[in-house]
Amino acid sequence: MADKLVADKHLRYILNLMAEKKKESFESVVMDHLRMNGAYWGLTTLSLLDKLGSVSEDEVVSWVMTCQHESGGFAGNTGHDPHVLYTLSAVQILALFDKLNILDVEKVSNYIAGLQNEDGSFSGDIWGEVDTRFSYIAICCLSILKCLDKINVKKAVDYIVSCKNLDGGFGCSPGAESHAGQIFCCVGALAITGNLHRVDKDLLGWWLCERQDYESGGLNGRPEKLPDVCYSWWVLSSLIMIDRVHWIEKAKLVKFILDSQDMDNGGISDRPSYTVDIFHTYFGVAGLSLLEYPGVKTIDPAYALPVHVINRILFTK
Amino acid sequence: MHGRPRNASKPEEEAASAAKAVQLRSLQSQFMTNHHDKIYTNEAIELSTKLLEINPEAYTAWNYRKLAVEDRLARIEPDPNLVSAILDEELRVVESALRQNFKSYGAWHHRKWVLSKGHSSVGNELRLLEKFQKLDSRNFHAWNYRRFVVELTNRSEQDELQYTDDMINNNFSNYSAWHNRSVLLSSLLAQNADGFMPNIKIPEEYDFVHSAIFTEPDDQSGWFYHLWLLDQTLNVETPLLTSSWPSHGSSIILSGAGCLSGSSSMFTTFCSESGSFPLILYFDQAVGGVSSSTVTIDSELKGNEGLVWEPIPNKNSQVSCVWVARLKYVSSDPCEYKVKIRVGNSPGIVSSRGYNFNAPYEFVFTAHVHDTVEDSQEGIVSWTDGFDIWDAKSKDLNSLVTLDRLNAEMDFKWRQEAIDSEVECFGILPDSKIGKLTLARLLMAREAMVSDDAVKGVHYEEILQLYNDLMALDSSHYQYYKDEHSKAFLHKVTSSSESLSRHLLRYRDMNNLVCLRLNNLSLSRIASVEKLLFVQMLDLSHNELHSTEGLEAMQLLSCLNLSHNRIRSFSALDSLRHVKQLKVLDVSHNHIGKHSVDTTRYLCSSLLSNSELGQDDVGKQNPGLVTKYWDAYCVLRDLNLKQLDIAGNEIAGEEFSSFVLQVVPKLVWLDGQKKLGN
Repeated sequence: MADKLVADKHLRYILNLMAEKKKESFESVVMDHLRMNGAYWGLTTLSLLDKLGSVSEDEVVSWVMTCQHESGGFAGNTGHDPHVLYTLSAVQILALFDKLNILDVEKVSNYIAGLQNEDGSFSGDIWGEVDTRFSYIAICCLSILKCLDKINVKKAVDYIVSCKNLDGGFGCSPGAESHAGQIFCCVGALAITGNLHRVDKDLLGWWLCERQDYESGGLNGRPEKLPDVCYSWWVLSSLIMIDRVHWIEKAKLVKFILDSQDMDNGGISDRPSYTVDIFHTYFGVAGLSLLEYPGVKTIDPAYALPVHVINRILFTK
Repeated sequence: MHGRPRNASKPEEEAASAAKAVQLRSLQSQFMTNHHDKIYTNEAIELSTKLLEINPEAYTAWNYRKLAVEDRLARIEPDPNLVSAILDEELRVVESALRQNFKSYGAWHHRKWVLSKGHSSVGNELRLLEKFQKLDSRNFHAWNYRRFVVELTNRSEQDELQYTDDMINNNFSNYSAWHNRSVLLSSLLAQNADGFMPNIKIPEEYDFVHSAIFTEPDDQSGWFYHLWLLDQTLNVETPLLTSSWPSHGSSIILSGAGCLSGSSSMFTTFCSESGSFPLILYFDQAVGGVSSSTVTIDSELKGNEGLVWEPIPNKNSQVSCVWVARLKYVSSDPCEYKVKIRVGNSPGIVSSRGYNFNAPYEFVFTAHVHDTVEDSQEGIVSWTDGFDIWDAKSKDLNSLVTLDRLNAEMDFKWRQEAIDSEVECFGILPDSKIGKLTLARLLMAREAMVSDDAVKGVHYEEILQLYNDLMALDSSHYQYYKDEHSKAFLHKVTSSSESLSRHLLRYRDMNNLVCLRLNNLSLSRIASVEKLLFVQMLDLSHNELHSTEGLEAMQLLSCLNLSHNRIRSFSALDSLRHVKQLKVLDVSHNHIGKHSVDTTRYLCSSLLSNSELGQDDVGKQNPGLVTKYWDAYCVLRDLNLKQLDIAGNEIAGEEFSSFVLQVVPKLVWLDGQKKLGN
């Protein structure tokens, strides 16, 4: 059983992933289309471990820019189609490096604003899939770019609130079942726009705190499901934004995350003794950050970026 | 990415994987060429089929297929058979992809896109859904798709409700089915559909959900459904006025800032520099439309036409439980005024769920305006000395008589019977967590329905004991039960004039301010504020509070003691910005500055108006400090504090103290020391 965060091992795991060699396994190629997300997960983890300097900023930034489409949106990798999922990750990566100034902000923000629908919801791209994940992405991204006024915020908020369920949670569309990932997106969007008074914090807080598994201390994403390290982020950040995090047992959750590390090769998995990946490595470290684990920088629960990065953006004109 | 046990890979596995990778790379690269060159030949399309079979998550391939379909449809004759052939192929590709990964967003959306072109029968789609729901009854993609098909084909809510019946009878441990049931049922109840009257349906549903809870108490599938039923039982849709300040039949004394000689210990004295006093309306749920036309004031107090009503705490919101207006008076014009308030004088007050406040409510109070005799002292306020015992004959506790919540019109009988029946059921459930928690909630509900003063408060002992049991039984959620315990405790304290008066005193030195002492009670949460609107001095020291959430309604509060609690930041005190009367604040010996994670940052409405940050003199002179202490800056500059205590916090020190003095130039006492230059 693990009793500490093996940060050096995780650092090496991430750097190996970002280097050329690991790119040719089947698992890697099959994820090719979401490399932008992968880069965000890896780089943010490095930033939280205060090791962002270990990568070549120029190399990363120029690769990110090759993924920008003529529409202004970003693709998951060079040559793929644009989508808001990768547009947010691209903007977040540039924010980490304090390189937002290289963006044509008008272009990117117009791409996103153009995806808002009549009812306030957002499509992911021109093909029209609607999901509250995209509402969060639009609001988070435009907020970082200081262009929130390009969308109808009131309608966006009203649409999100229409996805609120009777158990206090949120789903991907009106009537959809509450799920911790969607809850993070909706609560995050409401937090950023100053609308958390539209959340029933006690009701949602109880639903969220009941995600903690008594045995393992891990969190699941909805009732009667298995605990998973990624919910250490989705559930935990939601609890923090609504000031109900004291309703879970933090020490037990820390232990679950630490036990899910690969102590030899680095990386974190979805649960102890399972295969590691960059997704869970990021969420494990981000979760530890929210749990105030020593040696990990503080992450902002709404923007999913280090607090010092967000303060840099929010507190300057 | 999920659910793969960790095993060291063997060389033959790695070789096979590398070979597959090469094949996939080649496919992807060919596909990209076709996509960028807009090649939609059969061969090219077949390539994308192969790609999606291996990797249904390759989203660009789904986009390509849509473009290919549009291209082909544009080239053929509008023959329904030809169109079908093309679209059928798409549906086949989707089904094959879903078999690979039935959680693929791209695959499900592609199917919706195809259907939106007017193809495939309901029968087909429902059959497909049945297949997937058998594989995984919790697959939310399938449930969402089901809702999509239902809407497209206008299937009735009653039929869908029957479907959830079947799913639940098959296996009660299906949260997704219970969730869908709650959506359908609440819609049918709201429409007053045939056979869906709450007084019959809700009790039936209680019986139905018992199977889920009692068979397997640790299974959460029915818990939240049961809680929703309880909410339907207890909560009346029509908004009601819970309390007000001043309250009906009370007398208040109004004066300017300063001391009154021989001030009364019978009535609340309100002193104001600005010559206005707050009129507070506290509703049982968030309402909008409170204005000078829906709430009328009948009085001889001059200058009060066209009053502005503000929702507290969110100015941006149009709805709130708490609404405040400020009535003007002239203290140099002493007199006695009767003030009549009529709430709901004209229609317009509407709850956030769309129900009207329909029964106008009138209340009357007397305001005695006095002149001040002496200048106000700048003496330090003590929390221990100078207190007098509360006069039991004081008329102020009229405010405790909160207005009737439920009456016969609201179908009281079935609600009470439902609660009674549930209490009986859960009373005999063995020592399970959900059993005790539900029983505690049921007893709180029963207590809320009690109108007979003689039996008010009788359930609290049992409720508090249940929460104590739960803290031991389910220690992971200790703090949740602690918060519920504190809420129940405060409900108990405020349940009668008798119990509340044991905690009340008067502070002699400030015109007999009404002081409520709730210190050393292990309180982790504030509650029952609607019954405490008359309180002017509040001692909450030596408790476990980490936020002042709820206190914003206490518009009369001029002194607040939060020392020795668990406040972690000034953002946790954000609600105090709305308590404009606040002059004395003690937050010494807390945890301010100790934690790196701010759990109240986004609840703090100040964060978003950060464009105002640093625009005043303080901001211009100290931009660095304003950024460092942004939440202290936002909270303190909105208040007119005379006395502040911050010692015993990690944030305290030279730098912070000097910053505070810049932000609050009129501060007289800081940490017990008188500030020079005032």
